[in-house]
Amino acid sequence: MTLPALQQLLQDVGGVDAVGVEERVAKYATRSIKKESKVFGLKLAASMVDLTTLEGQDTPGKVASLCQKALHPHHLGETPRVAAVCVYPSMVRHAKPLVEGSGIKVASVATAFPSGQAPLATRLAEVRAAVQDGADEIDMVINRGAFLSGELNLVADEIAQVVEACGESTLKVILEVSELGTYDHIRAASFLAMRTIRPGDFIKTSTGKTSGNATLANNQVMLDAIRDHYLATGIEIGMKPAGGIKTAKQALHFLVAVKETLGDAWLTNSRYRFGASSLLNDLLRQLETQRTGSYQAPWSFTENAGSY
Amino acid sequence: MPARKSKSQARELLFGDLWEFDPAPESAPAHIDERYRLFINGKYVAPKSRKYFDTISPRNGRKLSEIAEANEADVDAAYSAAAKAFPKWSALPGKERGKYLFRIARLLQDRSREFAVAETLDGGKPIKESRDFDLPMAAAHFFYHAGWADKLDFVAPGRTLKPLGVVGQVIPWNFPLLMLAWKLAPALATGNTVVIKPAETTSVTALKFASILQDAGLPPGVVNFVTGAGETGAAVVNHPTAAKIAFTGSTGVGKLIQRSLAGTGKRLTLELGGKAANIVFEDAPIDQAVEGIINGIFFNQGHVCCAGSRLLVQENIATDFIARLKRRLAVLRVGDPLDKNTDVGAINSKEQLGKIRELVDAGIAQGAEIHQPSCKLPRKGFYFPPTLFTGVSQSQRIAREEIFGPVLSVLTFRTPDEAVEKANNTCYGLSAGVWTDKGSRILNMASSLKAGVVWANTYNKFDPSSPFGGYKESGFGREGGKHGLLDYAQLD
Amino acid sequence: MSLTITKTPKCYVGGKFIRSESGRIYPIHRSNGEFFANIPLCTRKDLRNAVEAAAKAGSGWAARSPYNRAQILYRLAEMIEARRSEMQDALKLHGASTKDASTEVQATLDRIVHFAGWADKFEQILGSVNPVASSHFNFTITEPVGIVGILAPEDSPLLALMTLVLPAITAGNSVIAMVSKGAPYPAILLGEMLATSDLPGGVVNLLTGDRADTLPTFASHEHLRALSAVADAAEAKVLQEGAAESVKKVVLHDPDTDWFSDSHDSPYGIRSLTEAKTVWHPIGN
Repeated sequence: MTLPALQQLLQDVGGVDAVGVEERVAKYATRSIKKESKVFGLKLAASMVDLTTLEGQDTPGKVASLCQKALHPHHLGETPRVAAVCVYPSMVRHAKPLVEGSGIKVASVATAFPSGQAPLATRLAEVRAAVQDGADEIDMVINRGAFLSGELNLVADEIAQVVEACGESTLKVILEVSELGTYDHIRAASFLAMRTIRPGDFIKTSTGKTSGNATLANNQVMLDAIRDHYLATGIEIGMKPAGGIKTAKQALHFLVAVKETLGDAWLTNSRYRFGASSLLNDLLRQLETQRTGSYQAPWSFTENAGSY
Repeated sequence: MPARKSKSQARELLFGDLWEFDPAPESAPAHIDERYRLFINGKYVAPKSRKYFDTISPRNGRKLSEIAEANEADVDAAYSAAAKAFPKWSALPGKERGKYLFRIARLLQDRSREFAVAETLDGGKPIKESRDFDLPMAAAHFFYHAGWADKLDFVAPGRTLKPLGVVGQVIPWNFPLLMLAWKLAPALATGNTVVIKPAETTSVTALKFASILQDAGLPPGVVNFVTGAGETGAAVVNHPTAAKIAFTGSTGVGKLIQRSLAGTGKRLTLELGGKAANIVFEDAPIDQAVEGIINGIFFNQGHVCCAGSRLLVQENIATDFIARLKRRLAVLRVGDPLDKNTDVGAINSKEQLGKIRELVDAGIAQGAEIHQPSCKLPRKGFYFPPTLFTGVSQSQRIAREEIFGPVLSVLTFRTPDEAVEKANNTCYGLSAGVWTDKGSRILNMASSLKAGVVWANTYNKFDPSSPFGGYKESGFGREGGKHGLLDYAQLD
Repeated sequence: MSLTITKTPKCYVGGKFIRSESGRIYPIHRSNGEFFANIPLCTRKDLRNAVEAAAKAGSGWAARSPYNRAQILYRLAEMIEARRSEMQDALKLHGASTKDASTEVQATLDRIVHFAGWADKFEQILGSVNPVASSHFNFTITEPVGIVGILAPEDSPLLALMTLVLPAITAGNSVIAMVSKGAPYPAILLGEMLATSDLPGGVVNLLTGDRADTLPTFASHEHLRALSAVADAAEAKVLQEGAAESVKKVVLHDPDTDWFSDSHDSPYGIRSLTEAKTVWHPIGN
């Protein structure tokens, strides 16, 4: 007999104890990163930022200034460039020429972000349009409703079709963990996505548009899944926590999790990203503090965006 | 995009030095005196023995301070002070006794960083643990018991609790301050007065703690500290004034104490050794089980009587599970306990290091397979790498004897009954762990395991409200909760 | 008139009626000096065998539901009540007055019924749910210690014996009791009543004889996990010293205690023959 699909998947990948995983990640937060290792960590984190603007009020001008920020994070000091700028599909064509040749990628949320509640054809068309406009990376949302109702084939098929629509572009699959309900589901959804996407693609926690975002515990459950998938198949999948990571200290804790769960090979922006808007400035601020030895005021940093 | 797919079949993760952490030593001052005297009748006093012994910091093997060696006359003076203090202390209204305990809890919280550093310097445990576990938990024990002091009529329906008199207490070196709190708090809450002896290698925080008692205004003689080694301990245990002895330590010494108290009419509680089984079933939440096993054996360098020193893993997942353990071991940071990032610190004493080495050698000699992660140990001081033994059988010494170090023995089982049989196949019965997603199995295992504490899907959890203590040769009596109070009182 | 068929007193061990493996006996006499019967003089080997029997029976008894244990204890009271006059005669045989014999049987019956009631209640007095600070559900329950050795006093040969036995078996332990040497017949009779009470054989094992022969074995036998004894100072020392070898609990009872006192009717006697087991489990989704 065959079990219902979600039940089968949950059995297949095993469960997560909520209290246990939260205790595990609490230990990351006790790591004390000082001096050289702090500078290294801050720079690494900065290089992993997907500098993001996803507002209804976004304009080409706003996107242009975001791109400038990505290219020149700070007027002093040696600060690395971010990994990507992340914008809505309509803004891709404005962003692309500004960062072309710099190594900074243009990422675009597509697939009726953030709800995903549009017909598949519409979502795929959006992906193709973004790719055509020059998006190097596509951040899609999975069909949470289908996942929770056990229609896993539907979820996987949709991901597969987005993969195809991406062509050469990298795909990041947003699980929207706050809507999945449990760590068990987050682990299961991670596997469901990883079994469909390509090596080098990413799984991502959140859209940043719901109440629950990236936490160390969500991140850990997904890192554990990536590790298990890699060890079983040899396929390296990247990870992107997004939403709610605002401070340099938080980012360092997330990186400690990567270091202790997946090891050195994932400490690179081709394997790990931060979806964030205000994080970059705090990283810069802490780097300047390390460089100058004195604490910095927020107005010394441009594009001090508020919310995600 | 780089679309790498590893060719190699034997894939492993690389936990290298790409991002190595700089040393992060805790810098708060520990305020350790050059020499500590005894604390008797509310005052620090020179020992009648006129002798002092060195206390060594295991993190570098250097002398940290000097501790007074109490002889029989000193112990006698301590008992006299305690006996003199008893009538007034025991007659004090419970709520007033409680207020002293509340004060002590607060003062300990105020000075918790200082005490944490002292604990780490004196005992070798990672600052992370002394700061985040030992100190908060010690304060919590005083706080919890403070609230009992005026509620003794509600502990045992139909009876009221009356103090026993002067209680003699002997505590171990693995959690010096926390064990002190476990012992003092219930004894004082129930109206007893105390003569307490810290372990000879870890007396510093106890003697610092005496100053908190002074600051709290605790009446002289209610608590008296005598320091020294086995002879001092024997004097404490055998003093005729003692109405009760409470001992935490090895089963060997526990038996000696029980024997020496025979026929004296003194009450006795013993919290002794263990060889706990941590049982992992195929359906366990696997990564949390790995974490629990690691925490179960490497917490405090394995210097824990309830350490999960025997891993029983279901045979069909054993290979995968052991691989996960090794991966987790690879990122444990071993070294200077004062470094805030250290997970496994220094072994408490040279003597203990010798014992661990001897048993590990026996494990190798008896054919078990050893695994130790590559880690650079500090050149000075007492250190031992986290150690995993696989292919261990029931009859080997490393599966039977308490190692009291960072050494895990891995055994396998096939069915729940076999797990229970192996888990219970020991003279000890302090604790056990069960990891499974199946609720009914948890409850069944919990009732089948002969152990005073059963942790299901968790391990090494402690709380002042939660009774702790063992079955069989792990001792008798409980500490914590209302059960602990009953062991410091007579029922009237 | 035909000759009376006299009963051969035997010990009740493992649900069977046995003689001492040593073949040794001692005679007991009526209060008027007339020979009554030969009583087994049990040895350390008999104790060892009784421990084996108790071990065999113990796990099953501990696994019975508390409600079932309660009913079985009540059934024991029914069995004694039905043969009350016989039991009174047994006490009178050893010199009790009619009134004293009746009072002792009555007190014993009342105590059995009292403990029958405790069987499914003491857990709620002795156990606890513990409000720990972390996200865990934590509770403490009692479990029987295992096999309990009992040394009964010479006086009150029925009531004192049962006062020591009841807390032990109510908790789910199995026991081996060394009964009054001078007044063993009520215990012999008790064995026969136990045998018809639904109490599984081996839960209560009654040995007769000289306690000096078995005392060191009671103390040192590793499988006995607790001793509940009325003992003089010298005996107490032997028991406690021997107990230290296997870290065994020793509960000493005051030889001068009033066995008729209500103070024996409490769950705290049960407590001293139990282990407290604390169980932790995370609370999460």
